[in-house]
Amino acid sequence: MSYVRLKIAVMAIAFSAAAAPAGHAENAAIRNCNWCHGASGQGYTPAPRLAGQRPQYVATQLMNFSSHARDNPFSRMYMWGAVANLSRQTAHDLAAYYATLSPRAANDGDRALAAEGQSIYQEGMPDANIAACVVCHGPNAEGVRGIPRLGGLAYTYLKRRLEQWGEGFHAAAGPPMPGIAGKLSPDQIDALTSYLSFIK
Amino acid sequence: MASSRWRIETMRRHDRPERRIAGAFGARFALPIVLAAIAFVGVCRAGDMNTVATGGIKAKLSYCKDCHGPLAQGYDGYFPIPRLAGQQTEYLENQLRAFIEHRRTNNIMFNVAHALSPGMIAALAADFRGLDPKPIGGAPTQFVALGKKIFQDGVPDANIAACAACHGPAATGSGPIPRLAGQLYPYLIKELVNWGKERGQNPTKPDTSAIMSPVAHSLNRSQIEAVAAYVSYLK
Repeated sequence: MSYVRLKIAVMAIAFSAAAAPAGHAENAAIRNCNWCHGASGQGYTPAPRLAGQRPQYVATQLMNFSSHARDNPFSRMYMWGAVANLSRQTAHDLAAYYATLSPRAANDGDRALAAEGQSIYQEGMPDANIAACVVCHGPNAEGVRGIPRLGGLAYTYLKRRLEQWGEGFHAAAGPPMPGIAGKLSPDQIDALTSYLSFIK
Repeated sequence: MASSRWRIETMRRHDRPERRIAGAFGARFALPIVLAAIAFVGVCRAGDMNTVATGGIKAKLSYCKDCHGPLAQGYDGYFPIPRLAGQQTEYLENQLRAFIEHRRTNNIMFNVAHALSPGMIAALAADFRGLDPKPIGGAPTQFVALGKKIFQDGVPDANIAACAACHGPAATGSGPIPRLAGQLYPYLIKELVNWGKERGQNPTKPDTSAIMSPVAHSLNRSQIEAVAAYVSYLK
C-alpha cells in the first residue's frame, strides 16, 4: 500500500517536472511575438496590435505567412521566418491568447481627417463605387470570425496594408480586399486609417 | 510555378515596366495623351451612348461584387450579404427601388441604390440573373429534413402555407417572388425574423412584401432556422 503511494508520489513529481518545460515553451512563444508586437501584443510600429484581434483571423494570417501567400516586404523579412517552425496547434493557441487581451487605440492618425474617414467607413462612396467597410468589419470595426478588427490599429500599419493590397501584394487572399483597396485614393486611405486609429 | 513566382518577384523588385515607361515619357507626352483621351471620350459620348453605358455598368457590377461576391454568391460579413446570382430580375429591380423609396429599410443599400439610374438597375438585375455559382453552404445540417418538410408541406396546424406553393418546388422563385435556392443561411434568418421591421415600411407605397408578412410572423425561430438551412443548400 505505502509502496503504491510512493510510486504515485514519484510519478506526480516526474509529471510536474515534465509539464513545466511545456508551459515554459508556451510563454517563450508569446515572448517571441511580443519582441516586435509590443508589450501585451499592443503593437509596435510596424508590427500590428494583436491584442483583441479575431483569433480566426490571426491563425489564418500565421498560416498565410507560412505558405508565403502574405507576401508584402515586412512579411517576407520578419514573419516568414518567425512562423517557419510554428505548428498549426501553436498558431491556434497564440491566436486564442491574443484574443483575450483588451486592445487599446493607437490614436496616431490625423484628427482632422477622422470625420471623412468615418463617412467612408460607415457609408462608402456609392458614386465612386467604393463599398462601405462597416458591412463586413462591423459597426465599431471590431471584425467577426475570420474578418479582422480594424479599430485601434495603427495609422502607419493600416495605411501600408491598404496601399499594398492595391499594389498587388497578398493577392492570393482573393476577394474582396485587393479589389476594394485598389479603388481607394491616397487621400481616402489617409482619412479611413486616421478614423480607424482612434476607435477603441 | 516556381519560375512564374520568380518573375513576379523580379518585377516587383525592379519596379514595374509600365511605371518606368511612364516615368521616362510621362513629362513629354502627358499633355497630348490627356488631350487625345478627352477627345476620345467626347467622341464616345456623342457617337455611341452604349459604349459609355457599358463602361459604367462594368464598374458598377464590380462594385456590387466587391460585397456580394465575384459570382454574386453572397458573402458572410459582419452582416450577411445576400446571394444575387440567379435571382428573379423583377424581384431584384423591385428591391433596389424599395431601398430608394424607403419601403425597405437598409441605410447601406439606400445609399447604394440611390446612385443607380433605372437603366442601370435593369442591366444589373439581368447580369445577376445569368450567374449560377454553387451555394456557399455552411448551415447546420441537423434540421435540413425538417426544413424540407416545412418548405414542401407548410405547417397546417400553425396556418403556415407551403413555401413551395409560391417560391416553386426548387425554390427558384418567379417574377416578383424571389429565388431562395442557395441563399445565405444567416441572411434568410435575419430577413424572416425582421420581416415586419425591414419591409413594407412606407405606408404611402404598399408593396408585395405584405404577402409574406403573416407567414414570416407565424414561423417560430426553430422553424425559420430549419427552412433556411434547407433552402441554403439548394442549387
